[in-house]
Amino acid sequence: MLESWGRYPKSKPSKVHNFWWLTDGLPHTNYPLLPHGQGRSYGDVCLNSGGTLVSTRLLNRFINFNKDTGVLRCEAGTTVADILKFSVPLGWFIPVTPGTKFVSIGGAIANDVHGKNHHIEGTIGRHILQFELLRSSGERLICSPSSNVELFKATIGGLGLTGLITWADIALRPVKGPYIQEESIKFQNLSEFFEISRSTDSKVEYTVAWLDCVASGANLGRGIFMRGDHSQRPAKRGDYYRESKLSVPFDLPNWALNNLSVSAFNFLYFNKQQTKVLNHITHYEPFFYPLDTVRGWNKIYGKQGFLQFQCVVPFGNGSGEKAIQEILKAIVADGSASFLAVLKEFGDIPSPGMLSFPRAGITLCLDFAFRGERTMKLFKNLHSIVFANGGAIYPAKDACMTPEEFRMSFPAISDFTQYIDPAFSSEFWRRVGGGSL
Amino acid sequence: MKRKIVILGATSAIAMEAAKIWGSRSDELCLVARSDDKMSALAQDLKTRGAASVITIKSDLSDISAHPILLKSIESQFGAFDTVLVAYGTLGHQKRCEQDFEEAYREINTNFLSVVSLLTPLGNYFEKRGDGALAVITSVAGDRGRKSNYVYGTAKGAVSIFLQGLRNRLGKTGVSVIDIKPGFTDTPMTAELPKGPLYVSPRVIGQGIVKAVDSKRNTVYLPWFWEIIMLIIKHIPEFIFKKLSI
Repeated sequence: MLESWGRYPKSKPSKVHNFWWLTDGLPHTNYPLLPHGQGRSYGDVCLNSGGTLVSTRLLNRFINFNKDTGVLRCEAGTTVADILKFSVPLGWFIPVTPGTKFVSIGGAIANDVHGKNHHIEGTIGRHILQFELLRSSGERLICSPSSNVELFKATIGGLGLTGLITWADIALRPVKGPYIQEESIKFQNLSEFFEISRSTDSKVEYTVAWLDCVASGANLGRGIFMRGDHSQRPAKRGDYYRESKLSVPFDLPNWALNNLSVSAFNFLYFNKQQTKVLNHITHYEPFFYPLDTVRGWNKIYGKQGFLQFQCVVPFGNGSGEKAIQEILKAIVADGSASFLAVLKEFGDIPSPGMLSFPRAGITLCLDFAFRGERTMKLFKNLHSIVFANGGAIYPAKDACMTPEEFRMSFPAISDFTQYIDPAFSSEFWRRVGGGSL
Repeated sequence: MKRKIVILGATSAIAMEAAKIWGSRSDELCLVARSDDKMSALAQDLKTRGAASVITIKSDLSDISAHPILLKSIESQFGAFDTVLVAYGTLGHQKRCEQDFEEAYREINTNFLSVVSLLTPLGNYFEKRGDGALAVITSVAGDRGRKSNYVYGTAKGAVSIFLQGLRNRLGKTGVSVIDIKPGFTDTPMTAELPKGPLYVSPRVIGQGIVKAVDSKRNTVYLPWFWEIIMLIIKHIPEFIFKKLSI
């Protein structure tokens, strides 16, 4: 049994092929292939029931690093954690990071991941200078904005369908040390969030908000807005990388996460900060990767796993704000607790990726323990609000959007399909109607 | 203190993870393995991380007759060294070993005899030096014979006993003789086996090796909980143990 991070759906590949050296070839098989890095996407984009997963788990060596330009060439299975451990002491940081550092670079490119600085730096795809793509024909193609351009664009955000990325050049950004100058501001409702978000200096690099999505009535949409920049403060001795020491060793029972426990968590989290505004210097670990502190945190949802919901809705003259409000109300009305709700405004910096998810608008991201039909019904409801407002759903987090919803999310899909490697497919791709698109 | 390290079987998943840490500490490394391609990929990684120097020597370590030449080339190309990690080995196929002595012999030759062939001159080298670290990866499988892999276990257990003796012989010198006993590790060696919850990544083992070498341990189980598991397994009375399937 192989799981994605959300542990739903359950899936069984017929084979896992270990691609651990650059000189390896792809396996010859009648079943479809799919690259698999760290398995940190949530739904089924990294799964391939009945097919062959091409694992890059040990394809994780550095190839070279230019200390003057900060360009790192590394094998595709290298994780963001591997990079930070190496680069921060040298004064370099990953230009765009998702909410966990345990993703592979290949996976980050295939999902064209974004971070808290999307409004300034765009997606990771903008910082990938070139990569090698191994196709099932045996061809090894160097893809960049100037060579094999169309495959470069198709592979960024291409969900692993265009071939196997074997190595990539990533342009790191200089930093003085491992610290972030952070300001966190409590807000009581959504309109206050938008006020803070819009009054925030556009030069502030990182912005994101945590939402208490159990709070209802007057407290609906309350939360904490966090913004920050890399601090000029140099590292205290050896304080470059913090290993996580906690882990969830086994599945918690289904009832462990319920409205009561989540409400209690949210209440404490919201009220932990006593003042409205708090300024402090923090390490990049808790700022970017609060969940990485607890290894295997996905087990708190129990055996049946959980679903993530991440949408983006365009601003659209205020309709976006209303849509977010509507979504939150629907969640509160359903009584489905989620204690990891994140809200952010995306910028309008385009990605080279054809199927890139981020676009100008508001993005909201939540977790829901999987409770069968009931959860599916809620998602259907949430999706209808998203699509009524011209929004999109993020494949890396998705386990239930329909083929039609996928097409609405990614109009470039008809152009994309011609770049798919004929031997590659995924559980996600088959679910959203791949092949018939 | 910067180390000067020879890794025999350098492209094993576990050895690579230890090498990455040593590389990032600017140590000097001499890699020995069968494949030039794999060694050069690792060497590039280590240089990128900051290794002071990396050289590679191609050799099939299970070939005992090639050992004298190998040790000479290490001496001439790398010079005096202070740390050795013996990391090569094969898991073999227990069922085939039971049917075919040739298979069992190959297993014992690679995992035990060839290791003794290397440890004999290396033991003398370190005895003369009077300091340094000689670390050898064995296995928890060497702690008690079990039907699922006792040929491999025999070879690894024999290495552990050999190391005990060598450690005793060098006990009054400053040389540390370190027996590394990993439990289940998710590596190419175990790729075909079904994985249980006790499996850890080679990185965890690699970190443990570097720590064990730094702190001059004698025997170290990686991860630590295997020491407890094996303590229990070793103490199950034989009349019960012989009927178990573990």
